[in-house]
Amino acid sequence: MDFLKSPGFRKFWNAFMIIIAALCAIVCGVVLAVVVTFVISKGYKALNLDFFTKLPLPVGMTGGGVANAIVGSLEIVLMASVISVPVGVLAGIYLALFGRGHLAANVRFFSDVLTGMPSIAIGVFAYSLVVIPTGHFSAHSAAVALAVIMLPIVVRTTEEAVRLVPGVIREGALALGIPAWKATLLVTVPVARAGIVTGALLAVARVAGESAPLLFTAFGSQYWSKGLSSPTAALPLVIFQYAISPYPDWQQLAWGCALVLVALVFALNLTARLAFSGRVSAN
Amino acid sequence: MSQESAEVISATAGASARAARTRISPAGDRIFMFLLYASAWFVLAIVAALFLVLLQRSWPAIQTIGLGVFTQLWDPGGGHFGVLTFIYGTIVTSAIALLIAGPVGIGAALFLAELAPKRLATPVAMLIELLAAVPSVVYGIWGLFVLVPVIRMYIGPALQHTFGFLPLFQGPIYGVGMLAGGLILSIMVVPTVAAISRDVFEAVPNDQREGMLALGSTKWEMMTKAVLPYARSGVVGALVLGLGRALGEAMAVVMVIGNKPQIVASLFQPAYTMASVPANEFSEATGKVYISALIEVGLLLFIVSLLVNISARLLVWNASGRGRR
Repeated sequence: MDFLKSPGFRKFWNAFMIIIAALCAIVCGVVLAVVVTFVISKGYKALNLDFFTKLPLPVGMTGGGVANAIVGSLEIVLMASVISVPVGVLAGIYLALFGRGHLAANVRFFSDVLTGMPSIAIGVFAYSLVVIPTGHFSAHSAAVALAVIMLPIVVRTTEEAVRLVPGVIREGALALGIPAWKATLLVTVPVARAGIVTGALLAVARVAGESAPLLFTAFGSQYWSKGLSSPTAALPLVIFQYAISPYPDWQQLAWGCALVLVALVFALNLTARLAFSGRVSAN
Repeated sequence: MSQESAEVISATAGASARAARTRISPAGDRIFMFLLYASAWFVLAIVAALFLVLLQRSWPAIQTIGLGVFTQLWDPGGGHFGVLTFIYGTIVTSAIALLIAGPVGIGAALFLAELAPKRLATPVAMLIELLAAVPSVVYGIWGLFVLVPVIRMYIGPALQHTFGFLPLFQGPIYGVGMLAGGLILSIMVVPTVAAISRDVFEAVPNDQREGMLALGSTKWEMMTKAVLPYARSGVVGALVLGLGRALGEAMAVVMVIGNKPQIVASLFQPAYTMASVPANEFSEATGKVYISALIEVGLLLFIVSLLVNISARLLVWNASGRGRR
C-alpha cells in the first residue's frame, strides 16, 4: 500500500495513464483514417463519367452508374430542407429572443430529445403517416422523414447563432421605431446568418447519409423516378442494397457511392465548421 | 391663442396617435409572433405526432398480440410476433459498444479537455466530429467487407484461443454476429461519448483543478479526484446518450449482425436487434398484422429511446447548464 502512495509510483502512474488517455484519442483518429482509407481505395475504381451520368445496369452487364440515385438524393434532401429550415429557423429565433418560460424550456428539451431519436423509428413514422394513406412509396414521404430529423438540428443551431448577436443592435433598431418583425428579420438575423447557414449545412450533412428512414419511404429504384410521388433512388439506399448483393459489380458501385457520400458529408461538415468558428454541435 | 393651442393640441394628438400606432404592434408583428409561436409548437407537435401515429398504426398488432409481444418468438410465417430475441440482441450489442466506447471516449475527452494543448485539441476534436459524421451505411459496408472478415480470421480465433472457456466465445465463427455488431456500434458511439464528455469536463470550474494541484496531486490524480467526480452526472449522461445511439442504430448493424432471431450466449452467433428488424423486413412484409407488428417494433424503439434520451438530457443539462440559458 505504501508503495502505491510513493511519489515514484504516483509519477509513473500519472505518466502511464496520460499515455493511455492520449492513446484513446489517437485510436479515434486511427479508426477514422482506416475507414476513410478503405472507402477511398475501394471506391475510387468505381468513379468515372458513367458513374455520374448513367443508370444502373442489370446484373451481369458491367458498367452503368447511379445518376438516378444522385438526383434522387438531391431531390429528397432539397425537399426536406424546404420543409424544415424555415420552421426550424423561426423556432430557433423564438427560443433565442423570446425563449423564456415553460414553452421554450419544453421546445429546447424535446428538440434535444428528437435529435437522439433513432432514424429508423422516424422512417417508420413517415411510412405510417404518408406511405400508408397514399398507398405508394414516394420521394415526398422520404422528405418528410428527413425533415423531422433535420428540424431539431436547425432549431438548436439557429438558437445558438441568434443568441450570439448582441441585443443592443436589435434594441437600437427598435428604438428607431422599426417594428419588431423587421428588426428581427432585417437586423438580427443577417448578423447571425453565418451561424444559421452552418446549422442548416450540418443538418443537410446529417440527413444526406441517412438510409434507414429511406428504406420504406423512398424505397429505391433502378430507373429515373417518375415524379415526386413515385419510388425514388437515393445514394445511401444504393450502398445498402448493392453492398448486400452477391454481385461484385454492384458491390463495386456501392463502394463508389460510399466514397461520394463520405466526400460530400465531410465537405459539408468542414465548410460549416470552418466558415463559422463558434462552437456549434449537432449532438 | 385658441388657434395656437388648438394647433399644439392637434400636433400632440397626431404625435401620440403615431406613438400609439407603433405601441400597438402592427399587423406585421402579430403575424411574425404567430409564426414564431407556431414553429415552436410545431416542434412539440412533431414529438407528439411521432408517438400517436406509431401507436395508431401498430394498434392492429397490439390488439392481436397483446403482451405476447414480450414473450413470444419472432416467426412471421407462423403468426408469432414477439420481440424478445431482438431485445436480447440489442442489449448484448449495446453492452459491447459501451464497454469499448465508454472508456475510450472518456479517455479521449480527458486528453482533449485536460491534457492536450489547444493547438492539438482543436483538430483532434474535429477529427472525432468527422467520425460522428460518417453515414451509418458507410460503417455498414466497411463492417461487412472489412471488419467481418477480420473477425472471422483474426479477432474471433484469437478471442476463442484466449477466452474459449467462456460460453461467450464458443462455437463456430461466422464473422457476422453480435461481436461484429457490437464492434461497429462502438466505433459509432465513441464520438458521442467523447464530444459530450469533453463539453462536461470543460464546464468544470478551474478552482477544482487548482485546489487539487495545490495539494500536490499529479495531473492524473487531479483528473480522477477533482474533475471526474464533479462531472460525474454529465459523463453518465454522455454514456446514456451513447447508449441511445447504439440502441437505435439500424443500418450498420443490419449489415453485420446476420439477422437471425435467436438467443444464444456466443458472441460469434448471428442475432437481431430492435432497430435492424424494420430495416431488414419492412420491404418484404405482407399482411396487415405483420406490417403493424413491424410498426410496433418502431413504437417500442421510440418509447425506449425517449426514456433513454430524456434521462440523458436531464443529466447532461444539469452538468453543463445547457437548459438554463
